[in-house]
Amino acid sequence: MIRITVNGELRSAEVEGCESLLHVLRERFHQWGSKNACDQGECGACSIFLDGDLVCSCLVLAAAADGCEVVTVEGIGSDLCGRRVQEAMVEAGAVQCGFCTPGFVMAITDLLKRSPHPGPLEVREALAGNLCRCTGYVRILGAVAMVAEGADR
Amino acid sequence: MTSPPPAANPYFPVTRNGVGAAVPRPDGPAKVAGDFTFASDLRAPGMLYGRTLRSPHPHAVVRKLDTSKAERLRGVDSILTAAALGCRPMVGLERRDQPVLAGVGDEVRYAGEPVALVAAATPGLARRAIELIEVDYEELAPALDPIEAVARGDWFRQQTIRAGDPREGAEVVVHGFYEVGQQDQAPLGPEAGLVIPDGIGGIDVWTATQALHADLGQLTEALGLSPERCRIHLAGVGGAFGAREDLSMQLHASLLALRTGRPVKMWYGREESFLGHVHRHPALMWYEHGAGRDGKLVFVRATIVLDGGAYASTSPAVVMSAAAFACGPYRVPNALIWCAAARTNHAPNGAMRGFGAVQVCFGHESQMDRLAAALGVDPIELRRRNALRPGDRLVTGQLVGGGAPVLELIERCQSLPLPDFTRAPALTGGAGRLTRDEDVRRGVGFALGFKNVAFAEGADDSAQARVRLERRHDRAVAVVKTAAVEMGQGIVTVCQQIVRTELGVDEVELEPADTLIGPAGSSSASRQTWMTGGAVRDAAAEVRAEVLRRAGAPAHGVAGGHVIDVEGMALAPIATFLETPIEHQSEFHHRKTNALDSDGQGDAFVALMFAAQRAVVEVDPEAGLVAVTQVTTALDVGRAINPMQVHGQIEGAVAQGVGLAVMEEIVQRGGRIVNASFTDYLLPTTLDMPEVLSALVEHAQPEAPYGLNGVGEAPLIASPAAICAAMRAATGRSLVKIPVTPDHLTGLQEVTAPRQVVPGEQPLGSDHTPGGAS
Repeated sequence: MIRITVNGELRSAEVEGCESLLHVLRERFHQWGSKNACDQGECGACSIFLDGDLVCSCLVLAAAADGCEVVTVEGIGSDLCGRRVQEAMVEAGAVQCGFCTPGFVMAITDLLKRSPHPGPLEVREALAGNLCRCTGYVRILGAVAMVAEGADR
Repeated sequence: MTSPPPAANPYFPVTRNGVGAAVPRPDGPAKVAGDFTFASDLRAPGMLYGRTLRSPHPHAVVRKLDTSKAERLRGVDSILTAAALGCRPMVGLERRDQPVLAGVGDEVRYAGEPVALVAAATPGLARRAIELIEVDYEELAPALDPIEAVARGDWFRQQTIRAGDPREGAEVVVHGFYEVGQQDQAPLGPEAGLVIPDGIGGIDVWTATQALHADLGQLTEALGLSPERCRIHLAGVGGAFGAREDLSMQLHASLLALRTGRPVKMWYGREESFLGHVHRHPALMWYEHGAGRDGKLVFVRATIVLDGGAYASTSPAVVMSAAAFACGPYRVPNALIWCAAARTNHAPNGAMRGFGAVQVCFGHESQMDRLAAALGVDPIELRRRNALRPGDRLVTGQLVGGGAPVLELIERCQSLPLPDFTRAPALTGGAGRLTRDEDVRRGVGFALGFKNVAFAEGADDSAQARVRLERRHDRAVAVVKTAAVEMGQGIVTVCQQIVRTELGVDEVELEPADTLIGPAGSSSASRQTWMTGGAVRDAAAEVRAEVLRRAGAPAHGVAGGHVIDVEGMALAPIATFLETPIEHQSEFHHRKTNALDSDGQGDAFVALMFAAQRAVVEVDPEAGLVAVTQVTTALDVGRAINPMQVHGQIEGAVAQGVGLAVMEEIVQRGGRIVNASFTDYLLPTTLDMPEVLSALVEHAQPEAPYGLNGVGEAPLIASPAAICAAMRAATGRSLVKIPVTPDHLTGLQEVTAPRQVVPGEQPLGSDHTPGGAS
């Protein structure tokens, strides 16, 4: 039995030894926002905050997250920066199919919390672990700029 | 005529967010919140998990299939084999040539061919059950060489194009061999879906597809169900790019659901996704171009061999596309094109964005650069001299209609600013960067590409739409129903914009796409905005006519929620006339086309779309590293219905072009894919993505709604060719294969033609001796 706080709510589940945190979030807690695109930490679509750190939840054993606090894309909107990122993604046209979007929302929020005014290469390096096949990233980078500029106002 | 009234004047209402506006997509808020349901997120009470056993061999006969151990596993509900089906259903998009399951005594024709299906209580149990199924294969020699296959006539389609005098000579002649690797569509969302039996012999299928009714036809045929008993609903689609035109898990899950009487969910991991959908055809191309000293093209001859893999999929249509566009958007008086898709024991190839035109564009544009060098002419000037113009004929004999603004595209693309070459090179790599700035070489490349919009050669890929206008709390609300697949491209936004423009209302709801309405056709071939957009426009126009009839004189039109008079002044809210709702359904057809004849002649295309692209690269020739730093595009968009979405299409297409040019290739050894993962199959990231600048060139397509043109594919066609040309300019190397690898850039490895082939002629087999019997 493991206990994890997911978006502020304490959840528990019996898990098998090999289950990933992503699998438990999706299949046991029915938090479907984190996505399963590669299952080997290459695409970033399953990105979450684990005790405040940005991680690929497909690479974390669920058992290892026992006692941890998890924030997923479903919960990030209650954070001001997270909500601004979500709004900017829509407004900038950074969303097409949307499968990578939850991961980008988490990765951009993580970046902007650490570095509210990142330089262009810093942004690209921070988001290089998230794959998008639709947008060519141009408007995703635009959304980052939108939030970073808005932070001044 | 008075000047338009100010927008703020309440007596002259204005419709907002209609055609031409950069409107954000309606599903955006759900997608950023993680609330949008993709196919892999579906669930139903009591559902089972399905899984497919696939052949590990590219060519073998199934000698024995023993499922007894798997059946004894607790939690396994059902196992299906060909024998258990009791019949031999066949599937396939263009031809029903692929067995649903290969049974005992049957051949498996590619590594990945389905052999058995399992439904179990958990995904883990389904996986274990698959491992417990014992299959004895008798391995056969696989046919893996597409040249050998076409030499012996083993193809899905062969198309010749003869124009003018195919044997014409010229003052300046250049030859070239070119190769394009096998690209994966790699949509982020893997194949997935859920099938729920209705208890009376029918099923409801939720799946991520590109064409609901194409799936419906194949499913009902294979299952022996009448179409009313099978309802297909679109689940959230995580990208497609051609990968979802063929069936994947839909039929397997349906068979299991009907067998077990319970809901069955299936989703593929990334490795199975590489096996479970078709890929872009790898291509081998032998070209010969001839021109006069004045730089005018005299002839083009080419042989194009595509590897079709084991089953037809869309190979026949891809062959037609590759052949028809093999000469590029140029005036070519004499041509001889020989093109075929070989039948081999590789996994089937089929649709991917650009559909044959991408491959040949790399060939014809590489040749144009070679020709320019031989003539001592600037490559862009050579393209200008030969550019297609309205009123010209393609090598297929078809009259070039529409805008065909090739010259203008060249100018607009060239007028976009180049990067600042005085600043330090952009080769990234952070702390790991070893390249010294002074070693970096820059190069600029240019390419033109074109392709048809909508299905060709006589297809009537019509689209239906139903629009209802109703009153809700004194507001007029429009509701739209179509079967058009939203896969990320933004047809949902476009439908709302069109209805706003036609009905003058703000609120437009979209009902879920499913097969409860007639077909919209496939979300492919850059056709959906034109076709479904056309049907929505027509249906909405009928609804508007009824509003105006109810309003009576002096009602003249609708805008901003009001019926307006001829001056644009508000007469009454539209809702006033919606005592009863108004509904209309329309069906939109494009003009008729014809199949190409045996000489490749015919009026095969509805319309054409063109793009001009320029690429800038920075290369470290010693390390073989390349950074694509800028891609500019001038795109023939007809009319931009949503400029933000058009730019999004260009940017996404450029990313896929960068991928094909410098990193993306499926590697096969002995008929098996060896890099079926995102660790080994590389996709461009934010660090690989160049600056993208675009110019939208708007010349109305005469037959299209609002004068729009297809935009999805064109910006992917020329970008790989332009990027490769830039790498040639930077390194001086010939670079005849894409993707270009570090070894190609350093010169450690050089790609050469695997065989001598006379351009325009069928390749000869390796056992052929010159002058002897073949």
